[in-house]
Amino acid sequence: MTTGRMSVRWRDDALPLALLGPAVLYLLLLIVLPMVQALVLAFQGDDGTFTLEHLRRMTGDVAFRDAIRNTLVLLILIVPAQIVLALVMALLVHSRIRGHEWFLYVYAIPLAISDLAAGILWLSVFTQNGYLNTVLQALGIIKEPIVYLSYENIAMVIGAIVIAESWRATALVLVILVAGLQLIPRDYFEAADLFGASRLRRTVHVVIPLLRPSLQSALIIRTIFAFTTFAAVFALAGRNLPVVAGEAYNWSVVARDPHVAAAYALVLLALAGAMTMVYLRVLGTSETQRAR
Amino acid sequence: MRGVSRSFGRTPALRTVDLDVHDGEFMVLLGPSGCGKTTLLRTIAGLERPDAGAIAIGGRDVTSLAPRDRNIAMVFQSYAVFPHMTVRANIGFGLRMRRTPKAEQARRVADAAALLGLEALLERFPGQLSGGQRQRVAVARAIVMDADVMLMDEPLSNLDALLRLQARADLKRLHGEVKRTTIYVTHDQVEAMSMGDRIAVMGDGVIVQCDLPMAVYDHPATQFVGGFIGSPPMNFVRGAMSDSAFVAEGVRLRLERPPRAGGEIVMGVRAEHLRIGAEGLPADVLVVEPLGSHALVTVRVGGVPVKIEAPVDIGLRPDERIHVAVDQARIRWMDAATGTAIR
Ligand SMILES: Nc1ncnc2c1ncn2[C@@H]1O[C@H](COP(=O)(O)OP(=O)(O)OP(=O)(O)O)[C@@H](O)[C@H]1O
Ligand SMILES: [Mg+2]
Repeated sequence: MTTGRMSVRWRDDALPLALLGPAVLYLLLLIVLPMVQALVLAFQGDDGTFTLEHLRRMTGDVAFRDAIRNTLVLLILIVPAQIVLALVMALLVHSRIRGHEWFLYVYAIPLAISDLAAGILWLSVFTQNGYLNTVLQALGIIKEPIVYLSYENIAMVIGAIVIAESWRATALVLVILVAGLQLIPRDYFEAADLFGASRLRRTVHVVIPLLRPSLQSALIIRTIFAFTTFAAVFALAGRNLPVVAGEAYNWSVVARDPHVAAAYALVLLALAGAMTMVYLRVLGTSETQRAR
Repeated sequence: MRGVSRSFGRTPALRTVDLDVHDGEFMVLLGPSGCGKTTLLRTIAGLERPDAGAIAIGGRDVTSLAPRDRNIAMVFQSYAVFPHMTVRANIGFGLRMRRTPKAEQARRVADAAALLGLEALLERFPGQLSGGQRQRVAVARAIVMDADVMLMDEPLSNLDALLRLQARADLKRLHGEVKRTTIYVTHDQVEAMSMGDRIAVMGDGVIVQCDLPMAVYDHPATQFVGGFIGSPPMNFVRGAMSDSAFVAEGVRLRLERPPRAGGEIVMGVRAEHLRIGAEGLPADVLVVEPLGSHALVTVRVGGVPVKIEAPVDIGLRPDERIHVAVDQARIRWMDAATGTAIR
C-alpha cells in the first residue's frame, strides 16, 4: 500500500524532472560552466592563487572606459529605436492593412543573415566607393564621395552602426511583439473601438499596456543582444570604436590573454544583469494588474 | 434592421433579418447556440459588417458608420474589462475617450458605481474581483455612456445559479430606472421570459418570432419556437385529421373546434395543459420525476414521449396504463411539413 503510493508519487515527480532535464543540462554545460570558468580565469594568477591583477590590467587599459561608454551609447540609441520601430511595424502587421501578410516575411529576412555579414553588407553601402555615395553622386546631390566611416567622424560611424543593427535585429523584436499582440483577446480591441477610442488612443490606452509583458521580454532580449554587439561594429568601425564585447574578443584572440578577456566578459554579465533587473523593476506587471 | 444578412465564407450566420426595437424597450434575443445571436449584436454594434441590408438607430442610418460613431454601449460576453485599469478607470473609459469634462466624468462614474454597488471596489483592478463583480463593472462601463442603444451578450452566462438570479433582478431594476433601449442576448429561456419586454426568437440565422413573452409562450409561431421556449418544452404529437378528430398512432381525439387543415399535422400542447385522470387518451407511464412543487410525468402517447405536469403525490409507477385529458382550448396546431402554426 505504502509502496504503491510512493511509486505513484515518484512517477508524478519524474515526468516534469525528465522534461526539465535537457534544458538544465544545456544551461549547465553551455552557460553555467563557462561562467564559472570565466570567473576562475578572471581572478586566477599564473601560480593559481587569487589575484586582482587581470581586473587592474583591464581597467588600466586605454580602451576600457571608451568601450564601456560606447557600449552604453550604442545600447541607448539602438534599443529604443528598435522597440519603437518594431512596435509600429507590429501594429501595422496586426491591423491587417493591405499586404500585411508580406510584412512579416520581408522584415524577417535580415534575421537569417549573420551579424558579421550584415556589418559587411552595410560597409558596402557606407564605404567611400559604396552604394550610398554612388547613388548620391548619380542623383547629383553630392560631387565628391563623402567619407562616412572615419574616426574623425565618430557620430557618423555610430549612426551607421545603429542603422545596420536596427536593420538586422529589429525583426527579432517584431516577432515577439506580433506574437504578443495575437495573445491579446480581440474583445479588448473591440471594446476600445466601441467605447469611442480612436486608433491612436486605442493603441496608447489599451494595446500598449496590454502588450507590456511582451515589450518587457523584447526589451530584455534585445538589450542583452545589444551588449554583445560587436561584429557589425567591427565591420563598420574596426577598432576606432571599442566596445566591451569587442575588447573581450581582442584580448582573447589578438593579445592572447584569456584572463583579461574573462574580466571583460564579467563586465558584460554585470551590465546585462543590472539592466534586466531595472526592466523587471520598472516594467514588471504586478499580480493585481495581470489579466485573468 | 432591414434585410440584414451576413455570411462567414459559406456559412450564413444571418439570413435576411428584420427587427424593430422600440425606444426604451428591453428586447431579448433568444436562440440556441450558433443561431447567429452574437453575430446580430456585433452587426448592430458595427464590429461586423453586413453583406446586405441596413441598420438605423433612432432614424439615423448607421450601416456604414464605425462602431465608435454609432453611440452604442455594449456588455461583452467575456466582459472585456480592461485588466490594466482600475474599476474606476474602466467605468470612465468611454467618457475619457469622448473627452467628457473631468468633473462630469467623476460625477457620472460615481453614479454608475452607486447604481451597481461598486463604490467600495473603485480602486481595485479587475484581477482582484469575482466574476460577478467584474460583470457589474462591464455593465457600469456601458451604463455611464448615455448611449442610444445598450447591447448585452449573455452577460450572466458565466455566473453561478444564485448570483445569476440576483443579477437578473438587478439588471431588470436597472432598466426600469434608466429606461434605455436594450438588446439582450441569451440562450436561457427562463431569463428571456422573466426579463424581456418582448422576445425575438432566433433559429438558424433568422428571427422566427418576435412578440410579448407570454404570446411567444402561448402561441409559438413554429414548432421550433414551442420546442425551444418553456421548461419542459411543448409536447408534439404528429398525426392527421379525420372527421373532426385528431388521429395518431393508437390515439383518437375528438375535437370541439377542429383546425382548418388537411394532411399531416402536429398537435402541440404544454405539460401544464394535460391532466392525468380516469378518461382521455390512453397512455403508458415511462418516467416519474418529482420536482418538489410538482412532478413531471413522461408518458407515451401516440407513439411519442409526452411530458405532463402532475401533483407530486400522484403515485404512479412506470409501465402503468393511464388516461390523459387534454385542455382543448390550449392545443396549438402546426403544419407537419413546414412546422408553422395553423391559426
Ligand atoms: N468569425 C467567424 N468566422 C466564421 N464563422 C463564424 C464567425 N463568427 C460566427 N461564425 C458562425 O456563425 C454562426 C453564428 O454564430 P454566432 O456567434 O452568432 O452564434 P450565437 O447565436 O451567438 O451562439 P452562442 O449562443 O453559442 O454564442 C455559427 O455557425 C458560427 O460558427
Ligand atoms: Mg454568442
